[in-house]
Amino acid sequence: MIKFLFKGILRDRSRSLLPVIVVTLGVFLTVFMSGFMKGVYGDITELNAKFNTGHVKILTRAYAEIADQIPNDLALTDVKKLMTKLHADYPEMEWVQRIHTGGLLDVPDSVGETRGQGQVVGTAIDFLTPGTTEVERMNIPKSLVKGSIPTKQGEALISDEFATRFGVSTGDKLTFFGSTMNGSMTFKTFVVSGTLKFGNSILDRGSIFMDIRDAQLALDMDDAASEVLGYFKDGIYNDLKAQQVENSFNSRFSKKDDEFSPVMSRLVEQQGLGDYLKLADSANAIMSFIFIVAMSIVLWNTGLLGGLRRYSEFGIRLALGEEKKHIYFTTIYEAVLIGLIGSVVGTALGLGLSYFMQSHGLDMSKIAGNVGMMVPSVYRAEVTPGLFYIGFFPGLIATVLGNGLAGFAIYKRRTSQLFHELEV
Amino acid sequence: MENDAIIKIENLIKRFPVGKTEFTALKNVNISFGTGEFAGLVGPSGSGKTTLLNIIGSLDSPSEGEVIVLGKNVSLLTHKQSAVLRNRHIGFIFQTYNLLPVYSVYENVEFALLLQNMSGSERKKAVMAALEWVGLTEKVKSRPSMLSGGECQRVAIARSMVKRPEIVLADEPTANLDSSNSHNILQTMKNLNRELNTTFIFATHDEKVMKYLNRIISLEDGKVVKDLLMPDSKN
Repeated sequence: MIKFLFKGILRDRSRSLLPVIVVTLGVFLTVFMSGFMKGVYGDITELNAKFNTGHVKILTRAYAEIADQIPNDLALTDVKKLMTKLHADYPEMEWVQRIHTGGLLDVPDSVGETRGQGQVVGTAIDFLTPGTTEVERMNIPKSLVKGSIPTKQGEALISDEFATRFGVSTGDKLTFFGSTMNGSMTFKTFVVSGTLKFGNSILDRGSIFMDIRDAQLALDMDDAASEVLGYFKDGIYNDLKAQQVENSFNSRFSKKDDEFSPVMSRLVEQQGLGDYLKLADSANAIMSFIFIVAMSIVLWNTGLLGGLRRYSEFGIRLALGEEKKHIYFTTIYEAVLIGLIGSVVGTALGLGLSYFMQSHGLDMSKIAGNVGMMVPSVYRAEVTPGLFYIGFFPGLIATVLGNGLAGFAIYKRRTSQLFHELEV
Repeated sequence: MENDAIIKIENLIKRFPVGKTEFTALKNVNISFGTGEFAGLVGPSGSGKTTLLNIIGSLDSPSEGEVIVLGKNVSLLTHKQSAVLRNRHIGFIFQTYNLLPVYSVYENVEFALLLQNMSGSERKKAVMAALEWVGLTEKVKSRPSMLSGGECQRVAIARSMVKRPEIVLADEPTANLDSSNSHNILQTMKNLNRELNTTFIFATHDEKVMKYLNRIISLEDGKVVKDLLMPDSKN
């Protein structure tokens, strides 16, 4: 009987093709959009975590309140001691110091006179300690356009866009003008060891990356840092664990009445990233729900039209001695078969495109050129195990639900009425 | 009437709701059919022929009275029992053939046997025998759209006969056929009636059909007005 029904589905394209196309399309869109959104939200979170928020971040209470102004006068002090305690008390995390600053980068001519100046955002990380993970974390090797990573103090990397705009080559000397932790003017000359392009408009417009020791010397921040970031060693953010570390740290080190005492915050508490993650989950759930409802309505209608068109067939089958209940269940079997085919094909297509978009991404740098948010300029999908079923089950359920509802219209009709309609 | 009654209808009344009122399609019908009859219900449209066939075929149930088919009271049958009765014992032939368009001649005839869970080899034997009765063994793979009207009706006959039913109910089986095909079809059915002793009951107002009938039951406004045996029928 199943074979008989299968033949019917294959041969009667109006019974199979449209529903299969509808299910395939719906499942494909659900899988792909889910993978894409997951990827984009994941990339945004990861980018922010690596460059900015860490999995947890420690600042002074005062710095935290106006962190967007990069107030290094409120930076953490006595950092060596803090780092020792952090490594000892929270060994599951990797702890790094960073300094953020801002200033002017002066480009001299052949005789040392200013040829040009540009505003830059300065970031100081640990380039030189053997085994440092900061270089990889910031994706510097892959972002390097020209030259090499600093190997000694006094070397720095600048954004390739800045270098191109001012005609700067590797090996050239540039002078950074800024202010120290105490508010005095400072300048330091660096040798450009290479140029960078991150694919992020903020970082690419004008930036300088220097070693943290150079920054500490130049900014009078010996044993001080703008922030200390903590990363889980497996690289994966775990909010529960992060919360435990946060609670433990704040209860031990943070004092509410001391504005210079350190305070820790989690990734999700910074820059609305928690909302982003919730939004990603909600969007996925909403999308799946809308998909099930929309597909059910479409497939219900398709099922109704198919049912009306197949009145003659159902009448014949009744006359030949098939039970109405059996006919109803065979339409459900057909729906399962169509749902399976559509869901498998749709999932395969969705996964295929998600995989492609994970590998190649969608370059939005031209559109996002002036966006001030820390967003990736190449949007990539993320293929996760969830994608294998996020569209598959809704596809199957929607098909069965749609056909089941349509089948009721036939099921509820009187046998002789179905039969009469044969003679129309 | 021949032999023992395999269909016995007593005081049958069938009413259909029409808005807030009721329409009585059959009024106190009393008839019996014996094994091997070749009988016809004749009368104008709306006289109740098809309604009576539907009730005999357990596709509908009486409002009042009793209809006993092969010893079973159709009013008391469950849906499942009705389906079994139709599947095992009753064949249907329709005016518009009603073949399943996406299936081949072979598959159309085979369908009724699939419901009986018959083995593949048994099915094949029965289907080929049925197609041989109607002279369509060369067309087993053809789809209904590739057949003429007469051939389609012969497939429908094979489909109704493949399960060797005791009763075949034919509702205007020649209405869509030309004279030559009608005679051909009726001759085929007459042969099957004779060879297999199957009871054929027609609903018709076709003069060509009436010439073949052994018994003509005339209906008018839901009542039996005449019940005549036809000793001079063809063959």
